[in-house]
Amino acid sequence: MPLNVRIGFFLATRALRRASLWTTGLIIGVMVLTFLNLVVVSGILVGLLEGAVVAVRTQYTSDVIISSLNDKKYIENSPNLLLLISTLPEVRAYTARYRQAGVVEANYKTRKDTDKPNTANAMMVGINPAKEDSVTGIGGSIVEGSFLTPDDYDKVVIGGYLLKQYFPVETPGFTTLENVGVGTKIRMSVGSVTREVTVKGILKSKVDEVSMRAYMVDSQFRSLIGRNDGNVAEIALKVAPGADPRAVRDTLLARGAGINAKVQTYEDAQPKFLKDMIATFGMLGTAFSSIGLVVASITIFIVVFINAITRRKFIGILKGIGIHGRAIEASYVFQSVFYALVGSLLGLILVYAFLVPFFYAHPIDFPFSDGILVAPLGTTLLRVGLLVVTTVIAGFIPAMMIIRKNTLDSILGRN
Amino acid sequence: MIETKNLTRSFQNGDVVTPVLKGIDFMANDGEFLAIMGRSGAGKSTLLYQISLLDEPTGGAIKIDGHDTHRMSEDERMRFRLNKFGYVFQDYALLPELTALENVALPLMMQDKSRKSAYAQAERALERVGLGHRLHNLPSQLSGGEQQRVSISRAIAHKPAVLFADEPTANLDNESSRKVMDTFVELHKEGQTIIMVTHEEPYAALADRLIRLDDGKIISETKRRG
Repeated sequence: MPLNVRIGFFLATRALRRASLWTTGLIIGVMVLTFLNLVVVSGILVGLLEGAVVAVRTQYTSDVIISSLNDKKYIENSPNLLLLISTLPEVRAYTARYRQAGVVEANYKTRKDTDKPNTANAMMVGINPAKEDSVTGIGGSIVEGSFLTPDDYDKVVIGGYLLKQYFPVETPGFTTLENVGVGTKIRMSVGSVTREVTVKGILKSKVDEVSMRAYMVDSQFRSLIGRNDGNVAEIALKVAPGADPRAVRDTLLARGAGINAKVQTYEDAQPKFLKDMIATFGMLGTAFSSIGLVVASITIFIVVFINAITRRKFIGILKGIGIHGRAIEASYVFQSVFYALVGSLLGLILVYAFLVPFFYAHPIDFPFSDGILVAPLGTTLLRVGLLVVTTVIAGFIPAMMIIRKNTLDSILGRN
Repeated sequence: MIETKNLTRSFQNGDVVTPVLKGIDFMANDGEFLAIMGRSGAGKSTLLYQISLLDEPTGGAIKIDGHDTHRMSEDERMRFRLNKFGYVFQDYALLPELTALENVALPLMMQDKSRKSAYAQAERALERVGLGHRLHNLPSQLSGGEQQRVSISRAIAHKPAVLFADEPTANLDNESSRKVMDTFVELHKEGQTIIMVTHEEPYAALADRLIRLDDGKIISETKRRG
């Protein structure tokens, strides 16, 4: 080890060991907060969208989503495709959905001829309740009433965004049903067919595609839309643990599933605006982190500057008795690295042992997602590295400024 | 041997120039114990700082063992201070976060001695001034006299060519001052060159030669002994 580094390390360890605990604690506290600023602020920003992505994946698309082609209402040869899916070992569960746009109407019994009908445009979906629940678990999102069972007759589960009490938004062209709760009879119209059904449950989710739908048991929905060929509009696949959704997608495409359907992973199916927002929020997170880094470097600069100013006499004495300025600078660099590393280490423990699990268990209730804290280890370690490098520079510069002052002036406290 | 020729040192504050040393011709021989006296502001500490390479003169020349200090780079001056000189300051000038042993060992380690060897040498130096039982005490845990003796240990541990002392007893009580001066006398008997600035006549009387300064000039030079 070079002599100046050895002496610098010797001085730094003594200075740290015998420093005031309060001062050391305060500096490390600042470093921990800086680290959290670097990691948590951007992590929450990204996590806000990650929560939305996770919700869409778990409640709607699952790992792989197969949907009808843009110019088709349904997936042709669905039974054969379902058969193929059932033979894939990577697929743990799947659910097939019939889907057709329609209108739900609430006040048809009580309104006068002159009254405006209380209607809402909805996506009607026919599902196998058990299979759907095993893939998306939307049965757990029921907030009133209960989820569908296979033998439910003329019963419907309705998404919260179709009801005024859950989605009180007055947007021109967008209407919701009023005074509809569990047990209320409503009319569903698909094309020219209208059927009166009873609301069995109300489903609340932050995923638009889930909350804007009305769900029926598939056998009845088939009769409502008049389809007997077994062709569905959507199939959501949940892959087995460890399996790669992209590999499953590729297998399906290789077996010809792409001829009659769009086969996408949950990532492929993300709306463009979501992808754009993820990129934008990532950029914002980096910008905030950069500001955090600047604040950290200024903090360390001030701390080391004040420390070096108050110790100027001793720096002068060190130089006076022949200790090289580089050794003294090295001691300040070591101290800065110590503060940055200990602060980062405590920050890492705080983030990975407490904050990430906490936010995972208790997501932040944002209006459009359940926000979690996203802190990929690689990115976090990169930020630790950045923090250490910044701190070293911020510690070195003020130390150098004081060390370069005239030795005797420093010893005598002259300016 | 240290020799100065027409040494001057002035301080400038804005447009005001204050000359402190006004042409000092001075010589200190090897093995000599030299005392410098004078009233406050006479320039005695300033002279000590010039010849001990802690400061740079405004004019004139300083030669140490034939080396013209004017030609030395800052690094060379630093190495000279580290290897050839020892310093005892009025206020002890110990580093508060280092123990007595570490304070003394530090310059030895800077001379590229291993920590073990530096600590052993430092321990011997501290034992010599009667502080063998205070090795691991911080300066704040020592009395003023003990701190000054640690400072002397640090100054002599590497066996310097010249020991510079700037009013080493000014902050001490009589008992502690006597111990410090006894140490100086003993070191001198062993051949140590000592240049000491002091206010106190009885301690100056222990030196071989006494130089008196006034208004930046040497006004008298007295040989006390042999």
